Amino acid sequence: MDIDPDDLFRDDDEDQDNEYYQDSNYGREMVVYLVDASPKMFNSVTVSADQKEETHFHTAVSCISQSLRTQIINRANDEVAICFYNTKEKKNLQDLSGVYVYNVAEREDLDRPTARLVKEFACIEDTFMKEIGSQYGIISGSRENSLYNAIWVAQGLLRKGSAKTIDKRMLLFTDEDDPFGRITGATQKDMIRTTLQRAKDTQDLGISIELLPLSRQDEEFNISLFYAELIGLEGDALAQFIPSAGEKLEDMKDQLRKRMFKKRRIKRITLSIAGGISIEVNTYALIRPTVPGAITWLNSVTNEPLKTERSFICADTGALVEEPAKRFQPYKSENIKFSTDELAEIKRVSTGHLRLLGFKPLSCLKDYHNLRPSTFLFPSDEEIIGSTSTFIALHRSMLRLGRCATAFHGSSSHPQLVALVAQEEITSPSGQVEPPGMHMIYLPYSDDIRNIEEARRQ
Amino acid sequence: MARNKEALILLIDVGPSMHKLLPEVEKICSMLVQKKACLFIYPQFLIFGKYDEVGVVLFATDDTDNELTTEVGGYEHVVVLRNCKVVDGDIIEALQSLPRGAAPVLDAIVVGMDMMIKKFGQTSKGKKRLCLITDAKSPIKDPYEGTKEDQVDTIAAQMNAHGMKLESIIVRGRSSGDAAKGFMEENDSLLVHFSKKASAKTVYVESPTSLLGAIRTRNISAVTTFRGDLELSPKMKVKVWVYKKTAEEKFPTLKKYSDKAPPTDKFATHEIKVDYEYKGVEDPTKVIPPEQRIKGYRYGPQVVPISSDEWDAVKFKPEKSVKLLGFTDASNIMRHYYMKDVSIFIAEPGNAKATVAVSALVRAMAEMNKVAILRCVWRQGQASVVVGALTPNPSNVENIPDSFYFNVLPFAEDVREFQFPSFSNLPLSMQPNEKQQEAADNLVMMLDLAPPGKEEILRPEFTPNPVLERFYRVLEIKSKKPDAEVPPLDTTLKRITEPDPELLSQNMQVIDVFSKQFELKENPKIKKSARRLLNEKPSGSHKDELDGVVDAVGHQAVLSLKNKSSQMVDKVGSETPIEDFEAMMTRKGRADWVDKAIKDMKNLIFDLVENSYEGNTYQKAVDCLVALRKGCILEQEPKQFNDFLRHLCKFCSEKYLSSFCNFLASKQMRLISDTESSDSDVTDEEAGSFLVKTEPGV
Repeated sequence: MDIDPDDLFRDDDEDQDNEYYQDSNYGREMVVYLVDASPKMFNSVTVSADQKEETHFHTAVSCISQSLRTQIINRANDEVAICFYNTKEKKNLQDLSGVYVYNVAEREDLDRPTARLVKEFACIEDTFMKEIGSQYGIISGSRENSLYNAIWVAQGLLRKGSAKTIDKRMLLFTDEDDPFGRITGATQKDMIRTTLQRAKDTQDLGISIELLPLSRQDEEFNISLFYAELIGLEGDALAQFIPSAGEKLEDMKDQLRKRMFKKRRIKRITLSIAGGISIEVNTYALIRPTVPGAITWLNSVTNEPLKTERSFICADTGALVEEPAKRFQPYKSENIKFSTDELAEIKRVSTGHLRLLGFKPLSCLKDYHNLRPSTFLFPSDEEIIGSTSTFIALHRSMLRLGRCATAFHGSSSHPQLVALVAQEEITSPSGQVEPPGMHMIYLPYSDDIRNIEEARRQ
Repeated sequence: MARNKEALILLIDVGPSMHKLLPEVEKICSMLVQKKACLFIYPQFLIFGKYDEVGVVLFATDDTDNELTTEVGGYEHVVVLRNCKVVDGDIIEALQSLPRGAAPVLDAIVVGMDMMIKKFGQTSKGKKRLCLITDAKSPIKDPYEGTKEDQVDTIAAQMNAHGMKLESIIVRGRSSGDAAKGFMEENDSLLVHFSKKASAKTVYVESPTSLLGAIRTRNISAVTTFRGDLELSPKMKVKVWVYKKTAEEKFPTLKKYSDKAPPTDKFATHEIKVDYEYKGVEDPTKVIPPEQRIKGYRYGPQVVPISSDEWDAVKFKPEKSVKLLGFTDASNIMRHYYMKDVSIFIAEPGNAKATVAVSALVRAMAEMNKVAILRCVWRQGQASVVVGALTPNPSNVENIPDSFYFNVLPFAEDVREFQFPSFSNLPLSMQPNEKQQEAADNLVMMLDLAPPGKEEILRPEFTPNPVLERFYRVLEIKSKKPDAEVPPLDTTLKRITEPDPELLSQNMQVIDVFSKQFELKENPKIKKSARRLLNEKPSGSHKDELDGVVDAVGHQAVLSLKNKSSQMVDKVGSETPIEDFEAMMTRKGRADWVDKAIKDMKNLIFDLVENSYEGNTYQKAVDCLVALRKGCILEQEPKQFNDFLRHLCKFCSEKYLSSFCNFLASKQMRLISDTESSDSDVTDEEAGSFLVKTEPGV
């Protein structure tokens, strides 16, 4: 057997293109989890499918607990606060009743998650009734409005940092679709009006309010009773909002989990089609290998962080030099010199972001035409109006005709020939399984494909 | 000849029908040879590739010049342009000007074969390859005895005896169908006959781009990633070998150049060593030795130290094995789940039982449209397990056995389940109407890269890597002229990065209808994306914007820039400070560059003001200030600008430079107010009156 040293010493996971594997557009996020803690949330829900009994409160806190654990590893710089409302006790800066901001030692109310937060929040249910307590916050004969208070407290928590650079969100977990149903008359009207106004003011500050409704089998969560207006859903968007199906608890958890994560796009790119038509698409990394996080070197004696210093030494003279701007390549017994500008120029083989070259039958895309995980494309009308309808038309045609597109992706670091494969939406009872859009598949070049079969012919 | 050495003889048809293709062939062959010379770019080939040998035989020439004709007669119109020897610069030049002439394919193969045998004898183990480039349109003369097929058999037997391989690349233009058809068919059938008898392969190409892709410069001797049992069940095992089917050929990593060695030093390496030192944050003078370092993993704001011993203790150490988990319908495995480069499973060579077993599985899976899910640990001691899909690859060529392709699938942690709106739920304004859909259908149909009966355009197997090809070319150019500039992308390579103009012009009408149907317009409300525009939209309006400097002050103007330069600029120079600054502000991995850009710009403005002579640099300084101001607004750094402007004015009034403050006031320079950037602590009023207040001396 002949040895190819290239292969022999290659580790499967090394040498990954940095820009490609990281979310380059990584913006910071601040989230306040607002959890309804009214007695209703503590009624157990029998799930016919698996005969288990669980409360909605349990569902909500276990989803949060799970997401904290993911977040502390993946997005440790994002800040988070947990806030219960409809509580007996109150704990908040504004000293409003019925709202309890949960926290642990050595941590601000809205802060990065810590190991202690993850650990203690996991057992919140053991101590909740004793320390925080549950009671209805909006009852007749009282002027208190716990929902209003909760939004007000959450907005207060999200005051720090600019909304332009940081994504600010409130995620509201509740199973009450009609929070003002217990009161009547002028008081009810008045409370609804002020609560909606509060929510609108919050959204005007660039804070988004998202609803994670929990419904039970006998009564579906009716979003149009109140919350549609609160979170600002209208017309088509309202129709798009799929309430969590209560059929299986697992499905609902699944959906909550999916909704708690915000989509992060890698980049917005232009797809130029033909005849001067260029549309706008966002790219998303739906599939990427998860690797253990980056390491920091520590001094093993003191556990103090270490700083890395790099120095360049001329091999001929031993002199300490600045990082040079020239690179060289031995060729025909000479050293050919390149400036970094020239190397960048060599790599710049295309100006466009993503250029469509034509279409082929799907059968041309072979199983071995693959090098790296694919990237997902979804259209956007944010800057170029009409992008979405153009994209949908091509998407439909490609599905109907069984064709994929060949395009050139002209990124500056790694320009590559790609195939665009239209993906039809696939849904299941637990929600969307495959989103509609196109997958960009990175194609090999002739030098990247080996003819093992032929070399091994008999 | 060493085992890993390769000898390649190019057999090039220079007959009349090839003449119009020869310029391309010249270019491509010289590149091919040059690429072989480049192989030692990859350090791993330093030992082998350097000694690969290349010979060139031309046929269909007017002249005759080969050893066989002098020794045994015959073999006319075949010229040995260059005997087989180690690649050097001469051969590249020789290939760049091939003579034209009017011959016989088989003769050329024989002459090439003879060269190989004479050079390396019977025993040599190295790889020997003949590469035939022809349009196969010339007639083949009848041999002195027997049929043409017999002659092929004889040649094939000889080739097999000497372990030679033949690769034939038949170049056919897109319009073929002339009188040579009869000859073509005969040639083709002889070459098919060849491939049955000897290790020969024939490919047909239509465009120069695929000719370039079809010539294999590097026949990698593949190494197996795994040899052992494919365990279908604990009792049923099939012996298989696993190879890489695809592996990315990376852009070479060039060495850093040092010019410190004196020019007289003939043996200078010009290399630079990079040294890393680890120092404590508290005491930066003390270097921490490697054994006193420990890896820390972030967990929220905390860092958890884990020593390599601890890692070893908890490390997952699975046994080397390849196990079948089960079968599933092919439609359950989405194409976009494929994570990595691809492997191929073949039956253990020479093992008839394994070959039959693999073949039976392949055929059954293909017939039933199933794929197998495998769990693989390729090597003992490998810490990771991969799970992937095994797809059948039934062979349609007689002497190539069936095989499987293997693609790695993601684990749950690797998948992000983002939710996207259904297309059907989007508002009607975002849905295409019937006419638009029809236009799109036509476009998808007509802009066809795989027309029936013709070569598939941009087939990965025949598509060269434009970046690498370009690099090799520039390398060759620079070896002749060191200060040569990088030439524009070659037209052959442009066929890969840009749409084919011919294809576009053929479908002019379809494209026209399509672009008329879809009206795209810029969203007028693009306030939010000012930051992004700064990143991505290059525009030529830069100069105009600067002319209107005064107007621009106070507006949150969108910066425009020359995107081109943003990659390379790493400091703000005094020549084109504004362009440098903007390029740095938009550079990738920006956070650090933004800080540096702002710092550099501040220093530059200071220098300009301080070194001015009767205010000759004031205008430039103000231009720079305006750019800095815009940048600070966009980057939410109002304090940086405001503090700087205050400091600058204070400095000027102390150093008798108050004329600059007056100049600033006349240009209505303002602080950044909180209406422009929410992080500012300066009110609108303060911002406007700032300079008025600092002019007490006037």
